[in-house]
Amino acid sequence: MTKKEWPLWEIFIRGQHGLNHRHVGSLHAPDAEMAIRNARDVYTRRKEGVSIWVVPSAAITASAPSEKGPLFDPAESKVYRHPTFFDIPDEVGHM
Amino acid sequence: MYAQMVKSEGMKSLEEMSPEERAFQERVDRGDKIEPKEWMPEGYRKTLIRQIGQHAHSEIVGQLPEGNWITRAPTLERKAILLAKVQDEAGHGLYLYSAAETLGVSRDELMEKLHSGAMKYSSIFNYPTLTWADMGAVGWLVDGAAIMNQVPLQRTSYGPYSRAMIRICKEESFHQRQGYAIMMKMAQGTPEQKEMAQDALNRFWYPSLMMFGPSDKDSVHSAQSMAWKIKMNTNDELRQKFVDETVPQAEYLGLTVPDETLTWNEARGHYDFAEPDWSEFFEVIKGNGPCNEERLGARREAWDKGAWFRDGLTAYAEKAAARRAASNVAAE
Repeated sequence: MTKKEWPLWEIFIRGQHGLNHRHVGSLHAPDAEMAIRNARDVYTRRKEGVSIWVVPSAAITASAPSEKGPLFDPAESKVYRHPTFFDIPDEVGHM
Repeated sequence: MYAQMVKSEGMKSLEEMSPEERAFQERVDRGDKIEPKEWMPEGYRKTLIRQIGQHAHSEIVGQLPEGNWITRAPTLERKAILLAKVQDEAGHGLYLYSAAETLGVSRDELMEKLHSGAMKYSSIFNYPTLTWADMGAVGWLVDGAAIMNQVPLQRTSYGPYSRAMIRICKEESFHQRQGYAIMMKMAQGTPEQKEMAQDALNRFWYPSLMMFGPSDKDSVHSAQSMAWKIKMNTNDELRQKFVDETVPQAEYLGLTVPDETLTWNEARGHYDFAEPDWSEFFEVIKGNGPCNEERLGARREAWDKGAWFRDGLTAYAEKAAARRAASNVAAE
């Protein structure tokens, strides 16, 4: 029995040309090359992608759930960042 | 169902809960998704590991009864389809192991628990697949029963589990329809072929009903799991839904559901049907089903005989990494 567990990789797939790679899940593999091969079998059996990225899960730093408030709440009061905040008269035309 | 009789933790009332537990329950009630790094009650985490782990094991062990027929599929096309289905099952197992791993258990630990018998897989996979018609019955009934359970689980409270379910449900419909297509072909074939289809239905009907787990009155773990939204419907609700959907499909095939008591109950708007033999279910769960030893034996053998290959890949990865490190040093 293998004592050493294979590292975990996070898998990102580009669904179509022109779109971002999107996180689809994770898998185990001994190295990056095998992670790509496994990702092809596990996550693209139905033509879900045109490109694969693999990243060691250990390399990902995540924001802490407890920081959700301080990180994201300040954006709530800054509604002027959205274009619809400003009333532009119809006479001006499309802007 | 793919997870049966998952032991849950004791249920607390809102008053008995700690402030953290209460806040957690309120989030679940609101329909929030719980994500891996967020606080969760220890019982929630443990129950989910058991449930998702058992579900993953069922997908993996579920490959075996169908694998039995890959080399003997009647046509090349049927063989390719069955291969694709069995490959999907492996994929489903992997999605679910990944979901379980976010709860702080490793895949190898889960594998080890499957192989030692410490964790279970669905009772259904301890029945043999004797004829090609069984490939039809398994897809139609077993995957059909799985879908009943998995569709509501897409809304489960645990984010990674919910996302795995969404992925699985997208693929599962192919499984059920390919099974029903086999049944249609057999039922419209020669009298012998139709007889094989009937025989497969006869053998898989009650074991499929058992997949939903014991009757609600005997199901002791439901309340807490339902409060946590890791179980969305009771066993009896899902079983009834399955019978109501499946009986007309059997009628279309011209096959007879092996239940003399089966009748449409106009007042209830549901079929009345006979319960499976629960003593048989508990025996199968205990390890005394027709194929328990064979299935677990095949799993262990595959794991042990694959060790050299896993080790080889690890050794290659280590050597390649060392070579890269050496060439980087040389270049500096």
